[in-house]
Amino acid sequence: MNVLNEWAFIGLFAVMAPVFPALPIVIAWIFRPRKPNVLKSSTYECGVETIGDTWVQFRVQYYIYGLIFLVFDVEMVFLFPWAVAYNDMSLFGFVAGFLFIFLLTDALFYAWKKNALDWK
Amino acid sequence: MDELCTGLCRLMVDSGADAGLAQFMSLLVGVLLVSGVPLLTVILLIWIERKVAARIQDRIGPNRVGPIGLMQTFADLLKLLGKEDITPTSADRWLYNAAPLVSFASVVLIWAVVPFTPFHYGVDLEIGALFFVAVASFGTLAIMVAGWASNNKYALLGAFRVVSLLVSYEVPLVFALLVPVLLAGSMSLLDIVNAQTGMWFVVLSPLAFVIFYVSSQAETGRAPFDLIEAESELVAGFNIEYSGMKFGMFFAAEFLHVFTNGILMALLFFGGWLGPLYYESPLIAFGWLGLKGGLIYLTTLWLRNTVPRLRIDQIMAFNWKFLVPLSIANLILISAALKALQEIGWAPRDFVGAGIGDLIPTTIIMLLINGAMAIYLLGFLRKRGQEARRESLTARAALAQAAAE
Amino acid sequence: MELNAITIGFVVFSIFTLGGGFGVVTTRNLFQGTIWLMVSLFGVAGYFVLLSAPFLAAVQILVYIGAIAILITFAVMLTRSVTRIKSRYVRLVPSFIGSLALFLVLLLGITVPIFGGQLPEAAPETVATTRDLGAALVDENGYVVPFMLASVLLTAAMIGSIFIARDENA
Repeated sequence: MNVLNEWAFIGLFAVMAPVFPALPIVIAWIFRPRKPNVLKSSTYECGVETIGDTWVQFRVQYYIYGLIFLVFDVEMVFLFPWAVAYNDMSLFGFVAGFLFIFLLTDALFYAWKKNALDWK
Repeated sequence: MDELCTGLCRLMVDSGADAGLAQFMSLLVGVLLVSGVPLLTVILLIWIERKVAARIQDRIGPNRVGPIGLMQTFADLLKLLGKEDITPTSADRWLYNAAPLVSFASVVLIWAVVPFTPFHYGVDLEIGALFFVAVASFGTLAIMVAGWASNNKYALLGAFRVVSLLVSYEVPLVFALLVPVLLAGSMSLLDIVNAQTGMWFVVLSPLAFVIFYVSSQAETGRAPFDLIEAESELVAGFNIEYSGMKFGMFFAAEFLHVFTNGILMALLFFGGWLGPLYYESPLIAFGWLGLKGGLIYLTTLWLRNTVPRLRIDQIMAFNWKFLVPLSIANLILISAALKALQEIGWAPRDFVGAGIGDLIPTTIIMLLINGAMAIYLLGFLRKRGQEARRESLTARAALAQAAAE
Repeated sequence: MELNAITIGFVVFSIFTLGGGFGVVTTRNLFQGTIWLMVSLFGVAGYFVLLSAPFLAAVQILVYIGAIAILITFAVMLTRSVTRIKSRYVRLVPSFIGSLALFLVLLLGITVPIFGGQLPEAAPETVATTRDLGAALVDENGYVVPFMLASVLLTAAMIGSIFIARDENA
């Protein structure tokens, strides 16, 4: 199988994959009872109506975790090809990879010391 | 399903079908065969999960419908079909309906690259290991979409917490995943298994396996990281507004994801189908993979039903202040040791052709390094545990004193 | 153009990319805009596959859908009016002319060799694998300096963002 044929398989798989969960949902849609009323289809609450919009301002901590994750995500992207080619490399390959990881670990420790990793 | 595909393809072209159509049809058959495996397993998995949970909790579990309750899942499925499906009026209809589909599809899609035996697999992608990490990110996005589209504060808050948990634990997961990739020198899952002919990677790097195991437990939202089911603080979390079959799909996706991770761990660390007589028949090879994956899956169930849930701040601190530095240190140490051994000629440059004899010095040194790290870590954890206990004792004594006064 | 899998793929992914882009600029809901953006970037990942660069496709999915989408959502939730953007940008004609001009400049830059741009050469027979990429990243004569600079850049980005986003009282 050539590369594109492999990806045609993946593409077809990706098209089919949502169909499998959709089937029972569609079947249920045919058979299920439909007796909606205002109270039933209102937003679920725990006794008391919530005040204001759902889509409100959230805390900044989520955003900081997201940022740190993004940086590590991009780092992993570089590390995957490095790991794949690692067996053929000389000692220099290890040093380069080590420096790359080490620099980012620095950033992690900066975040740690600045309490950016604490759930506030 | 490589062999089958070309065979079927040839057959159809020979009988006069259009070449493009024949190719498409054979691909479709391949897709249906490969995806059939996870879809059939998930029905069985729900029963296993309930039965194991029941036994651990000293109950009997489902035992009425069919022999030893095997038909229970079908009964539940029929019941779910007849359930009213409520979409809240304030929900974002399109995204609300799309989220369960994407969530389930993202797990099924992982199976496209899972090799079942040396000759039976969907595709053997060059980037297999990266593929399943990338596909899993659709699942994360689906949870975010579900929480947002429900237009409910519990759901949104639950989704935010779960998503930040998922992305956080992806970091140690990938750093642990880099170890088998580094040892095998390939991201293809088939190559990774073949590279373990000499020695399983779990022996060469047990710590990487433990990190992978813990973070995949978190990735699937299982205890002690089961923020997904935060009944006590967020009623249920991101799926609170879902009902009927759509709710069921989120759950089916979770069950399947746990088992998928078991199979992936078997492939990445336990040599997949490698075992006595695996080359004799594809069935034996498949049996070995199923056995290893199943055993790992059972341990995750065991863990899930034994440990209590952690708080979100504890989960985050555990990840960023312990697991991430540990996984980075592990990767650096493993790569340093490997390069050093390769430079002095004790370790092979290519694990695929290496027999068990070539790997003995590597194995011993790797085990020593991992052992030293484990001893240091246990000491560290012990110290932290003692500190935490002392702190809580002091706090309790202060409270008691305040009460007495 | 002959009708084969690559053409079909190209059309499908173009619909994804352009449709997603259209969704981003027309929706008035920030979260839906994020999802449309991801549809568009998913289409770009498809292009990478068609160009025989599956590693870049996986990276595209991993970074954009796995991280940027989540980050944008978190950022969207930091703003106040998520679903109701009050003022609507209605100057359609000037923005159409502007984007058309930009498109023409880009097209010229690619096709006419003035600014160092050149017509694409025929694709080489051998497809570079991830292994080649990894070897080039740490090769002294290859890309080891950019590789290190990327690390420095990422570190700077992380430190900078934490410095800015950090709470005042922390």
